Amino acid sequence: MTEFDAATAAVQAALDAGARYADARVMHRRYESMTARNGDVEELTQDESIGLGVRALVGASWGFHAVPDLSDAAARDAGRRATRTAMASARVPGPPVDLVPVEAVTASWASGCQIDPLGVPLSAKGDLLVDATRTMAEHGADLAEGLYQIWDTAKWFVSSEGHRIDQRIRECGGGISATSIGDGETQRRSWPSYRGQYGTTGWELVESLDLAAHAAQIAEESRALLTAPPCPAGETDLILGGEQLALQIHESVGHAIELDRILGWEAAFAGTSWLDLAQLGSLRYGSELMNITIDPTIPGALGSFGFDDEGSPAVKRDAVRDGRWVGVLAGRDSAAMASLDYGGSVRADGWARLPMVRMTNVGLEPGPHTLEEIIAATDDGVLMDLNRSWSIDDKRLNFQFGCEVGWEIKKGRRGRMLRNPTYTGIGPLFWRSMDMLSGETVSWGTPNCGKGQPGQVGHTGHPAAPARFRNVRVGVSA
Amino acid sequence: MTEVELAGQVVELVRRLGGPAAQAEAVVTRADLALTRFANSGIHQNVSESTVGVRLRVHVDGRTAAGGGSVVTADGLSALVERTLAAARLCPPDPGWPGLAPPMPMPDAPPVDEATAHAEPDQRADRVGAFVAAAGGLSTAGYCRTAHRSSAFANSAGHSAYGRSVEAAMDGIARRDGADGVARRSADRLSDLDGAELGAQAAAKAQAAADPVELPPGHYEVVFEPAAVADLLQNLSFYGFNGKRYAERQSFAVPGAAQFDRAVTVVDDPLGGSGLPFDAEGTGRRALTLVEAGTTRAVAHDRRTAAEAGAESTGHAVAGGATWGPMPRNLRLAGAAAGPVSAAGRSTTGAAAGAVVDADTAALVAGVRRGLLVTDLWYTRVLDPKSLVVTGLTRNGVWLIEDGTVVRAVRDLRFTESYPRALGPGAVLGLGARAVRQPERVDGAWWAAPSLRLASWHFTGGASG
Repeated sequence: MTEFDAATAAVQAALDAGARYADARVMHRRYESMTARNGDVEELTQDESIGLGVRALVGASWGFHAVPDLSDAAARDAGRRATRTAMASARVPGPPVDLVPVEAVTASWASGCQIDPLGVPLSAKGDLLVDATRTMAEHGADLAEGLYQIWDTAKWFVSSEGHRIDQRIRECGGGISATSIGDGETQRRSWPSYRGQYGTTGWELVESLDLAAHAAQIAEESRALLTAPPCPAGETDLILGGEQLALQIHESVGHAIELDRILGWEAAFAGTSWLDLAQLGSLRYGSELMNITIDPTIPGALGSFGFDDEGSPAVKRDAVRDGRWVGVLAGRDSAAMASLDYGGSVRADGWARLPMVRMTNVGLEPGPHTLEEIIAATDDGVLMDLNRSWSIDDKRLNFQFGCEVGWEIKKGRRGRMLRNPTYTGIGPLFWRSMDMLSGETVSWGTPNCGKGQPGQVGHTGHPAAPARFRNVRVGVSA
Repeated sequence: MTEVELAGQVVELVRRLGGPAAQAEAVVTRADLALTRFANSGIHQNVSESTVGVRLRVHVDGRTAAGGGSVVTADGLSALVERTLAAARLCPPDPGWPGLAPPMPMPDAPPVDEATAHAEPDQRADRVGAFVAAAGGLSTAGYCRTAHRSSAFANSAGHSAYGRSVEAAMDGIARRDGADGVARRSADRLSDLDGAELGAQAAAKAQAAADPVELPPGHYEVVFEPAAVADLLQNLSFYGFNGKRYAERQSFAVPGAAQFDRAVTVVDDPLGGSGLPFDAEGTGRRALTLVEAGTTRAVAHDRRTAAEAGAESTGHAVAGGATWGPMPRNLRLAGAAAGPVSAAGRSTTGAAAGAVVDADTAALVAGVRRGLLVTDLWYTRVLDPKSLVVTGLTRNGVWLIEDGTVVRAVRDLRFTESYPRALGPGAVLGLGARAVRQPERVDGAWWAAPSLRLASWHFTGGASG
């Protein structure tokens, strides 16, 4: 039995049992992670998992079943069980289900990779983390941590409409963090961000981060933060570094434009959205500098793929254009329910999970400025960078973020380092206050986006660059 | 092949391929997990999985590596062992290796409810149907789930263990004009979950949450319902009672110090509900008192953190624990010794009728001159782990209390608060008598708490800004 054979058997069994549509994914994932602490390897884990998940649609009801067995008998049983579960769903029916059309293709796709991350010797990867964490410890960090993660995923997708798609997606990344512990509080500095930067790329990404070269500086900054003045409380102009802005996009735009949230499918857990489909195309989301795209085609970005987990091809779309809300992240069924003609943003985090609406690469198009120009143009404000905490309400409106570090901006110059910087606001008001945007774009990877029940962890990408926001409330504390 | 046989086979493979000095521990788990999810009052996602997983940790030549997989054929197990041994040999040394758990007797775990272990999708759907019907036409959303795990442990020190666990949980909201009410339970038996009761409770709270007003931020006295208290327990556990964070001086916990109000007693009780009798290292699980009458007594340890602290493992090892640390996941906040008697709903009035759904909460509300009744907390994130300053929002219903009566619904608020400080000496003004078990996002973890009255909670902003 090949992987395609198993998926085909599962789909056929679901149809034979009464499904009007079925699809199946076989996924084979190899995962490796290593953490180091204070100059020692702390944990090395290597996992390998393979299995099959099948989705069946009976009338207006879905069912899903997953097994770690690719034999013909197991695959067929999974198809039948998915159909039986769909029939149970019909006891509490929802609205009719349609699927927007998508061309049934036979295709293969692979992400770019110069250096196979699983092919790099463990000793070399371990030495990288050990050396960087030892340097941080030598430069004053009480807790020096390093991490890398690698995912190597092969997928085979078959649908009852005739899809037959295989993909191989390699993802990796890493980072280092230095924590200094003071009297009743801790301070942390990270490079390039806490728990690292990630992409659909090879080990060349980790090499490009040059972790060792930044170890001493972030350790010293974490210690300096212990005695830095606290971020003052009040309203001021806020400049965000690109890494923090990436998470701002993720939380206050990416999740808000997920169509399943807008339709109420996540109401009891992840939440809904403040957005109303009746305003699609007309709502002013932000200032005219705000141009957000949904683009799974960006080479190397963490949210990139060839086809989503419903067989829809990767297509770039606008989500916000000149500040107006114009697009959503959708799947075939949610799009049909909303009378839209595109899906393309549905993924599962493994063979045992149901595909659901997920961010791909949701990011800001570059602006006309540089960070230095933004600082020079700011008379009185705070620059914050690198996320430390994040919280947002269930409609994706009210947010509060904490950053690792802040700097006072006075008369166009960067001044004192500030500790415990936080800022808070309301999504659309915040985005409408953006008046300067840099062109120094980086596609930041977020490998830990939680959503769904049972829980799933998504990998998303967020092109972002530094930007300025006017009159933002900062310095919230307990 | 059974889980016990598979675990033994993995350990034997390590001995054969890695030599007699190689140390190994293996956990094999078969799981049948199912979750029926509903939204807009219809089932929209209905999933199940029958999985098997093997976790292996080896220590060879002073080096440690862990591996896992889903392929339990002979070839698959051999590949796992070869891969993990090779990884260990290429790793830098592990000076903190604590050794394997020696053979030890296992505690008696609660019996497994077979009906829950083998529940069918129709049974979950029927409970969802009952929830929806009881909500009286309000839009509803949530889930009903069942879980069954059968797990075996073996190591090369001659220790082995076996256990099973089940769980049933239901969590749902009812919605009225943007106001949500919630009802949530975790149980050892699916038959203990009454969808109609939960649906009616969620609907009553949603009706009472209509037309909320905005309140200014500030310090308010609060009555937290069990769902909100569960968030306190989770964050205290993960960040405070975690032996790794304690060793790293990132925890607030100071064993022996009176860090909490005398009303606070917190016990991790993994076998207080259906649970596996051993942890990821094969150590037997047992009740662990973390806080006793306000005094911090212990933090959780696995073998590695215990060795660092000169202590014994408390049975809290988890896969990935070297990175995340040992975290208690079955916390119970003890209730008041004798709960005051009060009729449910007596402490609400007018449009807010239905906000209070149990006698414990009603009694606590009755003592509040001016404060807030908080159903649930949402998206809580730690600003500083050592002081455990957390920001988050209220969710699923907040009401203003005046002179012992819930008078009206309030819009959600953001808070920024130190959890240990909010529970500190003199800060707890009352506890309900009955702990209600709340589900976690994964089966096997739960938080049991009564309603809780606190002197002060720092709300830093309204949901509108």
